[in-house]
Amino acid sequence: MTDLTVARRGTTRTVTFVVLAIIAVAFLLPFAWLVIASVQPGAALSAHLDWTFSTANFRAVLNPDTMYRPILNSVIISGGTALLTVFVAVLAAYPLSRYQSRFGRSFLYIILFSTGLPITAVMVPVYAMYSRINLVDSIPATIAFMSAASLPFAAWMMKNFMDGVPISLEEAAWTDGAGWFQSLHRIVLPLMVPGLTVVFIFTFVLQWGNFFVPFILLLSPEKQPASVTIYTFFSQYGQVAYGELAAFSILYTLPVVVFYSALSRVLGGAFSLTGAVKG
Amino acid sequence: MTSVAPLEAPAVRALDAAPRRRPRNWLVRLAPMAPAIVLLLVFFAGPMLWSVYTAFTNLALTGSSTVDFIGIDNFTRMARDPSFLHSLELTLIFVVGSAVIGQNTLGLLIALLLRGRSKVARAAVTGVVIAAWAVPETVAGFCWYAFLYRTGTLNALLGHFGIAQNWLYTTPMLAVIIANVWRGTAFSMLVYSAALSEVPPDLTEAAAVDGASGWQRLRHITLPLIRRAIVSNLMLITLQTLATFGLIYVMTGGGPGTASQTTPLYMYQQSFKFYQLGYGTAMALVLLVVGALFSVIYLRLIRLED
Repeated sequence: MTDLTVARRGTTRTVTFVVLAIIAVAFLLPFAWLVIASVQPGAALSAHLDWTFSTANFRAVLNPDTMYRPILNSVIISGGTALLTVFVAVLAAYPLSRYQSRFGRSFLYIILFSTGLPITAVMVPVYAMYSRINLVDSIPATIAFMSAASLPFAAWMMKNFMDGVPISLEEAAWTDGAGWFQSLHRIVLPLMVPGLTVVFIFTFVLQWGNFFVPFILLLSPEKQPASVTIYTFFSQYGQVAYGELAAFSILYTLPVVVFYSALSRVLGGAFSLTGAVKG
Repeated sequence: MTSVAPLEAPAVRALDAAPRRRPRNWLVRLAPMAPAIVLLLVFFAGPMLWSVYTAFTNLALTGSSTVDFIGIDNFTRMARDPSFLHSLELTLIFVVGSAVIGQNTLGLLIALLLRGRSKVARAAVTGVVIAAWAVPETVAGFCWYAFLYRTGTLNALLGHFGIAQNWLYTTPMLAVIIANVWRGTAFSMLVYSAALSEVPPDLTEAAAVDGASGWQRLRHITLPLIRRAIVSNLMLITLQTLATFGLIYVMTGGGPGTASQTTPLYMYQQSFKFYQLGYGTAMALVLLVVGALFSVIYLRLIRLED
């Protein structure tokens, strides 16, 4: 290797490093206001630091009406959706992964297609249907719709995880006369706990941030999750209470951060969503 | 699909024990799918079929209790509605600008730059990019609202150049496009990182020995090898971006005026503010058709390459 190529390689490395640093800073900048405004009592819309810190904003939002009830609603809605989705997706993934049938394959294509369907476009007809049968403003009905919406991608991911469990393990159970349920319950599921965790957390986090669906389907403020109340808070008091809005945003985002770091630790850094996407 | 049908398992065939337990017909085999099928039929296919019907009626939430079949009136009205056509145009600009060009290119660029970097650099960059993706939509909207506001962070940084302004008011479309690039790049980055990790390094090394430049190696070796990932990534992010509502709604509310009112926002206004459910549903159908058109184009591209 000549000196020239070594030198050029050094320059490329430096350029790459600088570009990556710029990208990282650019991605961090929009967060600046959030962090600074949350700890300053008289915060405005600027990320201006006047070196007076207080927890006043956090204390102001930590009350049942502003914080606890919406967060509890979010936990119920996202948790319920994630549980229902994982349960239904495991069942649906089993035949998709285990039996090669023509029907199963066309179901797979339906799943793939509906993975991409814009939920926003489905919302109007769903609302029209719900208002006909009096299901608007019902938390269980909202959970049912959100589960249906997250099911395609969850089933797709679940099938890929299940493909990783060797079928030979089940053959012994089949010869002993175990049905599909026993085989799934006793052999497959214990071996795919990481996959179940990923699908659960992924669905939970996605629905935790879901704004449009609860915004349309849930009307009473005491039923709405944090993703919706944070918006009403902003349009009602936001103009005067930017600090509180920032504090609320941070507290509301915290569970997502915790979940993501837990996920990356469980899976050893490589967030396996990508493995699921490749199919 | 490499799964093996259980009936073919030699152990089972040889012993042939307990035949009733073995799922012989497809009905038994597919039984576990029943809950998924019910859920999808009731909450997905049902509303879709209903929407096809509703789009041809004058269904409204208030006023007359009778629903009349009005044929294609909703669609001819759409074709003559300048607000709708304007919103469709903005939607296309938004999708092409923020997804096809923005997220796709930036995600690929970051994935390429991160190849062979140290663990610390990788963790730092991906961590920050994923953070932007992970924050809830509304919070992302607030962050960008504050960032671009007249007294916001961006203007504080640009203050010395004398071009401070409320960017949400002067360049609303550019603002929401950049915000969506910020929010969505992580997905493309993850997809491309995974795809690039499967490109054998000796191929590009051999080309480098033959004197191919970095750009030539990328254009003629790397990109063709990951074209499947490119197409599926484009398809997913296009459909996601087509439906974006919360981010734009929080940042600009579609304004000023209707300067950033994409079709989802216009549909929301018509359906839930003016209670024109039939008209709104017809728009939803158009949105779905646009999504299908994009998918067909991408699928064609992959077939051309094969």
